[in-house]
Amino acid sequence: MEDLVLQTVSLLASTVRLAVPLILCALAGLFAERSGVVDIGLEGKMLAGAFAAASVAFWLQSAWAGLAAAMLVSIAFALVHGFACITHRGNQVVAGMALNVLAVGLTAVLAFAWFQEGGKTPALADAARFRPLQLPFVAEISTVPVLGTIYARLLSGHNALVYLTAALVPLVAFVVFRTRFGLRLRAVGENPHAVDTAGISVARLRYQAMLASGALCGIAGAYLSTAQSASFLREMTAGKGFLALAALIFGKWMPIPTLFACLLFAFADALQGRLQGVALPGIGVVPVQAIQALPYLLTILLLAGFVGKAHAPRASGIPYSKEK
Amino acid sequence: MSAGARLPRWVDLGLLPLLNLAAAFLLSGLVVLAIGEDPIKALRILVNGAVGYPEAVAFTLYYTTNFILTGLAVALAFHAGLFNIGGEGQAYVAGLGVGLVCLYLDFLPGFAVVPIAILSAAAFGAAWAAIPGWLEAYRGSHVVITTIMFNFLAAALMTYLITNWLLDPAHGAPETRRFAGHTTLWTMQQMLGWFGIKAPRSPLNAAFFLALAAAAFVWIYVWHTRAGYRLRTVGSSHKAALYAGIDPARTIVVAMAISGALAGLMAVNEIQGAQARLLLSFTGGYGFVGIAVALMGRNHPVGVCLAALLFGALYQGGAELAFEMRNINREMVIVIQGLIILFCGALENMFRPTLARLFARQGAA
Repeated sequence: MEDLVLQTVSLLASTVRLAVPLILCALAGLFAERSGVVDIGLEGKMLAGAFAAASVAFWLQSAWAGLAAAMLVSIAFALVHGFACITHRGNQVVAGMALNVLAVGLTAVLAFAWFQEGGKTPALADAARFRPLQLPFVAEISTVPVLGTIYARLLSGHNALVYLTAALVPLVAFVVFRTRFGLRLRAVGENPHAVDTAGISVARLRYQAMLASGALCGIAGAYLSTAQSASFLREMTAGKGFLALAALIFGKWMPIPTLFACLLFAFADALQGRLQGVALPGIGVVPVQAIQALPYLLTILLLAGFVGKAHAPRASGIPYSKEK
Repeated sequence: MSAGARLPRWVDLGLLPLLNLAAAFLLSGLVVLAIGEDPIKALRILVNGAVGYPEAVAFTLYYTTNFILTGLAVALAFHAGLFNIGGEGQAYVAGLGVGLVCLYLDFLPGFAVVPIAILSAAAFGAAWAAIPGWLEAYRGSHVVITTIMFNFLAAALMTYLITNWLLDPAHGAPETRRFAGHTTLWTMQQMLGWFGIKAPRSPLNAAFFLALAAAAFVWIYVWHTRAGYRLRTVGSSHKAALYAGIDPARTIVVAMAISGALAGLMAVNEIQGAQARLLLSFTGGYGFVGIAVALMGRNHPVGVCLAALLFGALYQGGAELAFEMRNINREMVIVIQGLIILFCGALENMFRPTLARLFARQGAA
């Protein structure tokens, strides 16, 4: 019994750890897409952030300095995105694509030239990383059966960025649905002309959304290279930005459902490692690739309206110009 | 609106793209400078590595073949108003089409099995693209998102099939056995040999001519057939298409299928031409380069061929650059690629208002 609890708790704890970058990126995408900017550049912004965090954390021996650098670099990428598609009304998908490609190239080139370690950054000492934190009274409570295990291993023992993410989800939900900025943000993604008529700048709102998107992707990147791993690795985002985009769609562009979509996808990810080569009763061995493909398959089915229906913000993808 | 200002044709099709390209290269030069190398020297090595000697030219043209095909795939879909980001996955799955034919139908003579493999590649690529096309046309799921998802699905599917079913157990790496000699395409070395010309060994093969033929096909199809007219009409306005009695949904599926078939032919160059075996991740990001190629080539087959040549030279020259300069690695080419997508694609209108003002003043004077 206790063994089963331990296994379940450890599975859920790794789900949480894997979900964090997805949640941060999905929230970033939520700001961008709610404002009417399709953001397939999440992946690139996160990758650039991961590289910046690992480099600066190494130079200054401080994880927090790394986090700040990641957010700044990622915001810079987001502003380029904004400059192309808000100021110059360029194609949003093309701009996002450009950022992704650029991030893959730049991070590899700079890492190679600056650190001479074949495209990765030097390994970080523990002091320069986000390390697991112990919540109070862990030692006392962990002796309690079941609940103690849950407290000690599922709730406690994560790094600061995990708790930060947990706090950010309700905050984003509040900002998007309960504040004036949130109302305007949602309006500008549905009907920018109405917002414009009300005397509010469409461009300004969309730039603000891009700032938020950049900052959140930066945190996600810092998490990958200074919390989950101890260095930046070439293309270490490995499609997580797109998975987050899928989760955002799966969550129908709403914070709380998006959180659950991220947790679901992360759970599938955590499960696949444990299911490798294990025969399930009645099914046999499930190929790893089937579990990897599952989130994308589910998202396609949802987009096709076979399971529920997802409606994107109506004006997303369309550059805004006053005359039309 | 200034972004829509009319410019003389030569400015629109010649000067503006060149300006955008120049901006991309200028920034790339700054990156080279930032990592402490000499950009002029880098450019010289790049050019020499791309076209400086016969073997380099052959490799450049081999890469060009891939980029013509993936570029055409993106360009054709663009004319129907569709952004097909799925070239990578379509080419990957098309590799399966080639592989199955070359592995299991190799009892057929060469003149039968070679065209069947080519058609099979096109068919697999077309099918993999037609599903997102159908989802866009009939279920309203955006093709950009679904083609991204289909890239990941293709990667999972192909990894599963190759590592579990198709790999050659006698071989350590996750790849199939070599195809029988008569099922693969002629190499350029072989073909030039017929005319008594000695050429260096290279992966360049007959698929190069297939790519040129595909470019001619796209030009004829898009601008000189009824189907192409339907495609462009749907691309400019669904309402106008409906009013003219054109079925937009059907046209979208057909456009995506042809686009996927073109991307699929890339697998012919790689799998049937260069590698002679099916292996993991042989697409190597070439599908994504197709986006940059189409943007730079302004979605016209001639432009696509020229842009593909540029990218072919970049890829080949970039390899040489990484070899020659201590501080630069192959990813420098990806930086240039990203900047080209940014300036020729997303920021294509950045210089337009300035140019428009310049030419308006000239026209008035």
